[in-house]
Formats: sequence, C-alpha cells, structure tokens
Amino acid sequence: MRISHELIERAEAPEALYLVGIPNGGVPLARQIARNLAEIADLEVPVGVLDTTLYRDDLVSSGARPKLRRTEMPSAVDGHVVVLVDDVASTGRTIRAAMDALMDFGRPSAVQVVALVDRGHRELPIKIDYVGKNIATGRTDLVKLRVSGETDAETMEMVLLRGEGGTSA
Amino acid sequence: MMGRGLLGIEDLDRDDIELILDTAQHMKEVGEREVKKVPTLRGRTIINLFFESSTRTRTSFEIAGKRLSADVVNFSPSSSSLSKSESILDTAKTLDAMDPDAVVVRHQVAGVPKRIADVLDAPVINAGDGAHEHPTQALLDLMTVVENKGRVDGLTVTIVGDIAHSRVARSNVYAFTKMGAEVRVAGPPTMMPVEVESLGVKAFTSLREALDGADVVMALRIQRERLSGSMLPSVREYNATFGIDRAKMRFAKDDAIVMHPGPVNRGVELSHDLTDDRPSVILDQVRNGVAMRMAVLYLLAGRKRSRNEEAS
Amino acid sequence: MARVLIRGGRVIDPAVERDERADVLIEDGRIAAVDASIDARDAEMVDASGCWVTPGFIDLHAHLREPGQEYKEDIASGGSAGAAGGFTSICCMANTDPVNDDPSVTEYILDRARNESPVKILPVAAATKGLKGEIMTEMAALVEAGAVAFSDDGRTIMDSDMQRRVLEYSKMVGRPISVHAEDLSLVRDGVVNEGPVSTKLGLPGNPAAAETINVSRDVHLAEITGGHLHVGHVSTGGAVALIREARARGIHVTGEVTPHHLTLTDAETMGYDTNTKMAPPLRGPADVEACIVGLADGTLDAIATDHAPHAVHEKEVEFTEAPPGVLGLETALPVVLQLVRDGRLTPMQLIAALTFRPAKVFQLETGRLTRGAPADVAIFDPERRWTYDTTKGYSKSRNSPWNGKEMIGRVVTTLVDGEVVFHVDRGVLHP
Repeated sequence: MRISHELIERAEAPEALYLVGIPNGGVPLARQIARNLAEIADLEVPVGVLDTTLYRDDLVSSGARPKLRRTEMPSAVDGHVVVLVDDVASTGRTIRAAMDALMDFGRPSAVQVVALVDRGHRELPIKIDYVGKNIATGRTDLVKLRVSGETDAETMEMVLLRGEGGTSA
Repeated sequence: MMGRGLLGIEDLDRDDIELILDTAQHMKEVGEREVKKVPTLRGRTIINLFFESSTRTRTSFEIAGKRLSADVVNFSPSSSSLSKSESILDTAKTLDAMDPDAVVVRHQVAGVPKRIADVLDAPVINAGDGAHEHPTQALLDLMTVVENKGRVDGLTVTIVGDIAHSRVARSNVYAFTKMGAEVRVAGPPTMMPVEVESLGVKAFTSLREALDGADVVMALRIQRERLSGSMLPSVREYNATFGIDRAKMRFAKDDAIVMHPGPVNRGVELSHDLTDDRPSVILDQVRNGVAMRMAVLYLLAGRKRSRNEEAS
Repeated sequence: MARVLIRGGRVIDPAVERDERADVLIEDGRIAAVDASIDARDAEMVDASGCWVTPGFIDLHAHLREPGQEYKEDIASGGSAGAAGGFTSICCMANTDPVNDDPSVTEYILDRARNESPVKILPVAAATKGLKGEIMTEMAALVEAGAVAFSDDGRTIMDSDMQRRVLEYSKMVGRPISVHAEDLSLVRDGVVNEGPVSTKLGLPGNPAAAETINVSRDVHLAEITGGHLHVGHVSTGGAVALIREARARGIHVTGEVTPHHLTLTDAETMGYDTNTKMAPPLRGPADVEACIVGLADGTLDAIATDHAPHAVHEKEVEFTEAPPGVLGLETALPVVLQLVRDGRLTPMQLIAALTFRPAKVFQLETGRLTRGAPADVAIFDPERRWTYDTTKGYSKSRNSPWNGKEMIGRVVTTLVDGEVVFHVDRGVLHP
C-alpha cells in the first residue's frame, strides 16, 4: 500500500503509468498495485507480464534450459512510464534482462523499478526506485516470500533461511 | 528422455513433448512481437547441414535461429558420399572442429543424423532423414492440432498417402500415439510399410473407413516419380482413391481439420479448394514451424557433450 | 621330419565320432596316431590340457580380396586372420580384381598363398566370366589349376538358363556350384531385412522371399541337371525348408550358414551401424532359429564365415551406400560356441560343421584327425574370455559387429600339416 501511494505521489503523470510484473513473484504484486491505484486514485493502469528468461545472461552450456513463462503486454509501452515490478531484487541481473526485453516492445518515456524486498548484493549499476523492505542477507541466504493470495500482497510473510542456497529471486 | 539432441520422436517421452510444445507456444508469442528477435542464443553458432536440399525446412530453421540471435550458417555439401571424396562423417567432424552449438542435419538416407550425432560434440537436430523421422515437423503438427482442437488425447488422426517412404508419417505416428491419440494410416498397399501395425497404428486401404470419425486428416506428399510405375498405376487413380476433397471429408467428423506437410501437389493429395481454406490448417503448420524450431534450438543449442561423456 | 605330440586335450573328431581325452601324434605332417596316452619322448610337445583338439576349421566362403583390393585384405593378412581363428583351409571367393575366372588368376592366388599364407588357400573360381552371368568359365582348366568350386558370389546368376547350364557343365568336373541366392529384382534397393525393423528404420527392405525364390529355382535346376548345388550363406527359414525337402528327395544340395546369421538378428541394425549391413541381411528371430535348427538336423552342412573385409572409409558412409559384409575369420569360433553353451548344438555337431562336413562338401581330404590325414589341427580353450579389438586383429579391415565385445573361447594353437602356424602368445608364425 505504501509503495502504491509513493508511486502516485512521485509520478509526474500518473495516467502514464504502466505496470509490468516479472514472473513469477512480480505478477501478483503488479496486479495488487494496480488495484491499489484504482482504489486510491481511481486510475486504470495497464498491467503487463514480461518473462525475462530469453534475455538472461546465464544460459548455461549443459543441463536443462529454464522453462519459459508467459509474456503478455496488453498495449504498446511507447510514451508510458513503465514500472517493472519484482518480488525480490538482488544482483540486478533480472532487472537488466527485463529492461532489455522491455525495449524490444517499444520506447517507454521512463522505466522505474519496484521490489518488495531488496536484499542487496547488486552486481550491476541498477537502482530500485521503490523498495518495500531492505534486508541484510548473506549471498547464500535464501529469501522466501509467501504472499497470501492475490488479494492482499501486503499481508505477506517473509522467511529468511540463512545459508541454505544460492541467491534466489 | 530427451538427450542432448533431437534425432527422432521415438526417443521422446510425453513430458519431453509437453515441454517442447509449451516452449514453442511462448516462442510463438515472440514471433508475434514487433521486434521478433530475442538475444537468447547471441554468440552461438548453428550450422544447417543439408545434404538434401529443402528450402522450406532450411529457411524455417534459419529464421528460428536468427530470431534467437544465433549465427546461422548454411552448409549444403553434395549429397552422397559416393559423389565426393569426403565421407559424411568426415564432413561432420570437420564442422565439429569449428565448434558449433548445434548442427541441424537433413539427409536423404535414414540414419545419417544418428551416425553424425555419434561423432559430434555438438547436439544434432534431425531435420529429416530418408524415410525415418522428421521430428520437428511432427512437433509442429502436434502444436497445430493442439491450437485447433485444444487437445490431442482421445483424438483420431488419419494419415493418408505414401506411408512407406514418409519420415513425416513415422514421426507423426510416434508423436500422436505418445500424446494419446488414435492413429490410423491409409494408402495403397504398395505404399504401406511391412508390418506397419508394429508402429502402433491401424492400417486401412479404404480411405472411407480410415476417415470415419477422424478429427484430423493428414495428407502426405507423394513423390512425383512414384506416381506411376510399380507403386501406383496413375495420378488419376491415386487421386480418385486417396486424394482428399470436400466430398471425402464428409466421412470424417464435421469439425475435422486437414493438414499437409507441404509442398502440396494440388489435385493429387488434396483438392485445390481444400488446400487454401478451412478446414485446411496448412498455413498454421508453416507458421508454427518457426516457433517450434525456435523452441527446439532454445532447449538444445549449446548442450554439448561433456568431456567425461563417452562418445558412443 | 620332426614328430609332434599334442597332449592332454579333449579330442573331437567328427569323422569317427570321437570325443574323448586323448593324445594326438603327428609324423611328417600327417596324423600318425590318436590314443588315450601316447609315449613319444622325442616328439615336440604341444600342451593341450583344458583345451579341445579338433581338425583345423575349413571355411567354404571367404573374401580375401587379392588380387586387386589389397587395401581391404590380402592373402597374407586373411590367411593370418584365419590361422588366429583356427582355420586351416580357406576357400576364397572369385570376386577379386581381376575376377578369378581364368586359370592364370587361380594360379596367381595359389602362388601367393604358398609364399604368404600360413594356412591353406583354396580358390573358388567364378562360374561365369567377369561374374557377368553371360559366358561360362573354363571349368576344366580352372579345376586343373586348383579351383575347388565355382561361384559368382556377390552376384546372382539371374538368367535361369545360364544357371542351369552352369550346374550341368559343372558335373563334368565334379565340383559344386556355390550360389549367392537372392532374386535381385526383388531385392531392388533393399539394405535391411524387410520387416518391423526396416519399417522402423525407414530403410529399404530386402524380403526373405528374395532368397527363397532363388533357392527354389536353383533346387529345381539342380534336380533336372543332377549338378551339385551348394547354397551359400543361407539366412531364411524358407531356404532351410527348401534345402531340407530337396535333400529328402535325393537332390544334390548342400548348404552353409554364417556365424552372424546364426547369432544376430536384424535388431542389431537399429543404430544404423554399417557393420551390421550384410548380404543377405541379418534376419528376424524366426529365421535365425530356423538356421540353427537346420544346422542341428543336418540340413545345412557347414558354418562358413563369408569373411568380407571392407576399409573403414568404405563403411563410414550412408547405410544405403556402404558395401555389405563383415569380418568373420577371427571371431567365428567364439561366436558359434555360444550355440553349444546354449545347448542348441552338441560339441560334435558344431565341430562337424566347421571341419568334417564342409570338407565333404568341397571334397577335401582334410577336416579329420584319422591316421594318415593331413595334420591340420585347431586347439582351443572353449572357456577362455577375451575382448575382440579389430585394431589388434590380423585382418586389414575393421568392419565387425563384434568389435569391443567379450568373446568366450579362444584358439590357442593352430597347426597346418603338423607345423604350428599360430599360437595365442606368439601370434602367427609364417611358413
């Protein structure tokens, strides 16, 4: 809810906003933010889904390829302020891939990033514009977000499992 | 299970096929974008090794590779080992030394992609070998049926024509039976392979019986040189007995679709009017070809033989 | 001349139905005595304990490629491969370059064999000039030069009248006509057995009927001519039945079968390995079974290798383009011993099919261990395990479906005319 308010407050032209969820975690969040915007400001904001898999820079030489996910951009992005929405931000590589993908869909007037959680360890010069929560984590910690349904993304649970895996999200 | 390459549908299980179909569906979305290109295989090299010429299939693979940003190189050596000094395996080894990430092989003799795959580090994708298999064709046919029928399970698929000499028939028999369809084959007895039922199909020499209740009717291309001789008396008789037209389609289900791997001999395998319009889905097949080949390249390109893996 | 005593082996001699532990004494290159215990202190001792001692094997059908295709094999390498496999006599087919259709070629082969081969080489001359099926060869002169039989093997004499005349004329020289029985118009471009396997592979099929039709024709021609028909590399149950019935009617027909047609089915071709491409092709399980039964009941006389060397580059091509044929001399024994281990053949039946019975078919004095016979002997350990590696074999070629496979049974010593020509530890010892 707080992020939704910030978005309205900081947007020069709120009607130009275009939310794009990055699967899987970012998609319900983007939808929730859209509902919030409708409630707060009576704004109808388009919501897209953008799979970044084909833009990843870590396609490994052996082993199975990651499964592709849905991409669905309901309208052109040209002239819009596109807000990329992800659940957990970390290295910045997913955001980089999402920006590349986005550019193939047109020329947004600006791109911003929302992440519910920022766990640090950035590897690319990428700034998260709106952060729900910063968490200090170790590189090998695993952050699990449990969002209770699409209805209320803010009643999420956050579980930090120390040192149990690679960087997720 | 799907291995490093794709030599035939026979080697795949249902999960593999579903993964490929799902991937192809996403690739199709990429093809519908204004910018139809993604950087996935940037810096990777795909060699189209076509011993037998096939502009359609080669172009389809070429577009697929380019849409994934791969560097695609076409290589079409003279067709037979006998007509040149270099053996097929030497050709293949030479190409492998150039370190490609995938080699797409087409050859008029069955088994060549398999022999090449045995010596290559790069994954091999069979783009049609003799009368053996043409796996990407069958996969795009499956995709087309799923799009038009919503499912494959429980459908009746009738394949009509020169089954004996058709790689498309064999791959589709495996593909559709693995996905739960009932597959029938129909054609003149001279064009029916020996003990064809061993492939898991029902064989018919009456087109009417074969079409009865069919959801999908797939006509195969007949090679011109086989149209009269020891296989068939004449084009006219073939068209009368196994050519598909609207009248014969009445034996199939009302909503049955018509497919053909192309290129169509109009007036031989399919009547003219059936070739262009519904219930024909031939152009869907062509469109899906690129998406399917993108999916296969995405899933396989670069999956090279690891160093500790023994060459078979 | 020195005496040789082979001690302590299990002697199997089908000529006299002997199968017992015994010693074999050789004098002046001939068998001098076979007895439970022979005392010959002055003789050279050959220890055969744990081994079977049998007549040296006789191969009625091999391609040694000399003259003309020495890059595939020659008389020295083929003879050495034979010695290593226990063969003491190899009948070499006429499809050389030039074809062995002239006494000068027959003499050339025999001359080379005398100087180069550790084992006996017996030329089979062509039945027609240039294997073309048009003009008969000079059979009398060829027999005079040393030919033991006639064959256009590799080709079929498709003209039935020509085949008839060849069978008729051969009676004059009293030698068999060995046939490659395939109706070529039915074979067409077939490269694998026609059946579920050809359907699956998408390769042109070669139907069993192509063989049976030709065997049927030839049996009838043997009947009306009285000639001796020898059917090469029988591969189908249909052909076995035709030969069985013909023999019952007193027609002079004999037959041979290869180790591969006795032990491998067309399923071997599933990987498109050109080393599984033969002519006739590997058949289905029912045909393999019929060949085993035919050998066991005496319908088929001999196990012949159809040893057919081809260079690696010739086999490394499309399945349809590859020349048919596989190596056989070095693997025949372990491969067919499996039939004994499986209880399909008795040791006596197996050894007879490798020695005494083929000798009778081609009227040879070898193939027996009776007193006075040439001392051609194979000594082998039927249990010894080894791995066949074509790169370590004696043949110049590598085309074997058994490459890399474990073999059970190995020749330890081969003697020709009383001389050791091969010992497993010392290799081939040239004359």
